Amino acid sequence: MTRRQLAWLRNAIVALGLVPLAQLTARAFGYGDLGANPVQVVQHTLGITALNLLLLTLTITPLRRLTGRSWLVRLRRPVGLLAFFYALLHALSYAALDLRFDWPRLAADIIERPWLTVGFATVILLVPLAVTSTNAMQRRLGRRWTTLHRSVYAIAALGVLHFFWQVKLDTREPLVYATILAVLLGYRVVVSLRRRTQRAVAQ
Amino acid sequence: MLIQRPDPIRPSEITSESVFVKRRALLKAALAAGLLPGTMARAQPVTTSTLGDLAAANGRLENVSPWADNPSLATTPYEYVTEYNNYYEFGTGKGDPARYAHTLVTEPWSVEVEGEAENTGTFTLEDILRPHALEERIYRFRCVEAWSMVVPWVGFPLGDLLKRFAPTSRAKYVQFFTLNDSEQMPGVRSRVLQWPYREGLTIEEAMHPLTLLTVGLYGRVLPNQNGAPLRLIVPWKYGFKSIKSIVRIRFMEDQPRTSWNMAASREYGFYSNVNPDVPHPRWSQASERPLGAGLFASRQPTLLFNGYAEEVADLYTGLDLVRNF
Ligand code: HEM
Repeated sequence: MTRRQLAWLRNAIVALGLVPLAQLTARAFGYGDLGANPVQVVQHTLGITALNLLLLTLTITPLRRLTGRSWLVRLRRPVGLLAFFYALLHALSYAALDLRFDWPRLAADIIERPWLTVGFATVILLVPLAVTSTNAMQRRLGRRWTTLHRSVYAIAALGVLHFFWQVKLDTREPLVYATILAVLLGYRVVVSLRRRTQRAVAQ
Repeated sequence: MLIQRPDPIRPSEITSESVFVKRRALLKAALAAGLLPGTMARAQPVTTSTLGDLAAANGRLENVSPWADNPSLATTPYEYVTEYNNYYEFGTGKGDPARYAHTLVTEPWSVEVEGEAENTGTFTLEDILRPHALEERIYRFRCVEAWSMVVPWVGFPLGDLLKRFAPTSRAKYVQFFTLNDSEQMPGVRSRVLQWPYREGLTIEEAMHPLTLLTVGLYGRVLPNQNGAPLRLIVPWKYGFKSIKSIVRIRFMEDQPRTSWNMAASREYGFYSNVNPDVPHPRWSQASERPLGAGLFASRQPTLLFNGYAEEVADLYTGLDLVRNF
C-alpha cells in the first residue's frame, strides 16, 4: 500500500463515517423524515454509531495480526476519532434536544442516574485518547502511549454498560455488543499470554 | 355461543360509482381543508378487520357519537398513532407491530369472563358490543417511556360492560389477558415478558366512567397493531396499563399480577398512575415528548394523572402515591 493509497483510504473512511450523520441531517430537514419520535431517532443513531465505531477500532489490531497487513493500523485513528465525534454529538443531542442546554439539569441527571454517569464517563475518558492521537503525541509518550490507548477496552465496556442499562427490558441488542467486545478482548488476552510464554521459553 | 361467519355483502354496502367519485372529491376537499390527516389518503401498513356489522367494509365505524366532554386538543396524526407502537407480542421495536401485526386474526373473536361474577362464560365480540352505543373520545395518552399522544378513540365505558356480568361483592379487582398465540404473534416466541400479557385494575378504576373499552380510533376499527379488536384505554395511567387484544376478563378478590410488574417490580407498580413527581428509577417522568411535535419542539410538562386529576383523584384518597407507584 503506497502512502497515497493509504491517504485516499483514510479519507474514504472519514467520508463513510459521516454518512449516518449526513442521513440524519437530511431526514431532519425534510428529505425523508424522522418519524413520530425524531429526538429518539437522533439520539439512538448517534449513540449506536459511536459504539459501532468504537468496536470497529478494536477489531483493527486483531485484523492486522490475522492478515499480516500492517498498514491497517494506520486506519485506527480516523475510526477512533469518528467514534469520539459521534459520542460527543450523542451526548450533546441529549443536552440540546431534551434539556435545551440546561447544564445544571444535565449535571443532576449525570449524578442521579447511574447509566448516564457511565455514559458521561465514557465520553470523558475518550478525551485523552483523542487528544493524544497525533503522531507527535505518540512519539512523545512512547510506551506510555500504548498503555494509555489500551484503556479503550475498558471505555468500550463502559459504553456497552450504558447501552445495557438504558434498554427497557429487551437486552438482546446490548448483549450482542457485549459478546463482540468479549471476543475481541479475549483475543487480545490470548495473544498477550502466548507472547509472554514464548518470551519465557526464549529466556 | 355463536360461531360467526363473514356476512354476505348487503346491497346497501355496495357503493355506486357516482357516490364513490363524489366521496373522493369530498375526501380531497377535506384533505385540502386540513380536516383529515394528510397521511390517511396514502397507502400504509395499517391492517384493520371489520367488527361484524358495526363497521362498514372500509373499516369505518358507524353510529359513533362524539363524547360531550371532548377537549379541544390537536390530535396526533393517524400515521404516528398507528406506526409507532409498543406491542411486544409483535416485537420490541416501535415499528414492529405495524410491520407484523397483519397476522393477527381478529375474526371470530371471543372473550372469556370468569371469577367473582354471576354471569361468567364465553362471549363473542358481538355479544359484548351489541348493547352499547359507541362514542368518540379524545384522550391524552402517556407512555411510561415519556412520550405522549392525543387520540380520538372509539368505544364505550368498560363499567357498562362489567355490570352486565354482575360482579359479586368479593370482586375487588379485575384482571385482563391479551391473546397469547405464537402462530399469530411472532414476538411471544421470545421471553422478554411472561406471556400471556396481563393487566389489572381495582374494581373502582375499572368502573370509572373514563375507563374506555375501545374498538376504534380516528373513526375506524382499531388497526391490529393498536390492539384490535378490543382493548382498554385508561387515560390517567401509563400506556402499558391499557391492555390490547383482550381475550379474558377475571374478577378477583386479591390484587392481580400484571406483566410489567412481574418483569421489573421496582420500575413498574400495580397502579402506574401518570405522576410527574414520581420518577421511573432510570428516567424522569416530569415531562414528555408529544409524538409528531418535531425535532426541535420542547418537551411538555407531564400532568398529574395525565390531566385527569379532577375526575380520578378521589379514587386514591389516603393512598401514598409514591409508595403505590
Ligand atoms: C454524557 C454522555 C452521554 C449521555 C448524556 C447519553 C445519553 C443517552 C440517552 C438519553 C440515551 C437514551 C435515548 C432514549 O431515551 O431512547 C442514550 C442511549 C444510548 N447511548 Fe448514550 N449518552 C452518553 C454517552 C454515550 C456514549 C459515550 C456512548 C457510546 C460510546 C453512548 C451510546 C449509547 C447507545 C448505544 C444508546 C442506545 C441507543 C439505542 O437504543 O439504540 N452514549 N444515551
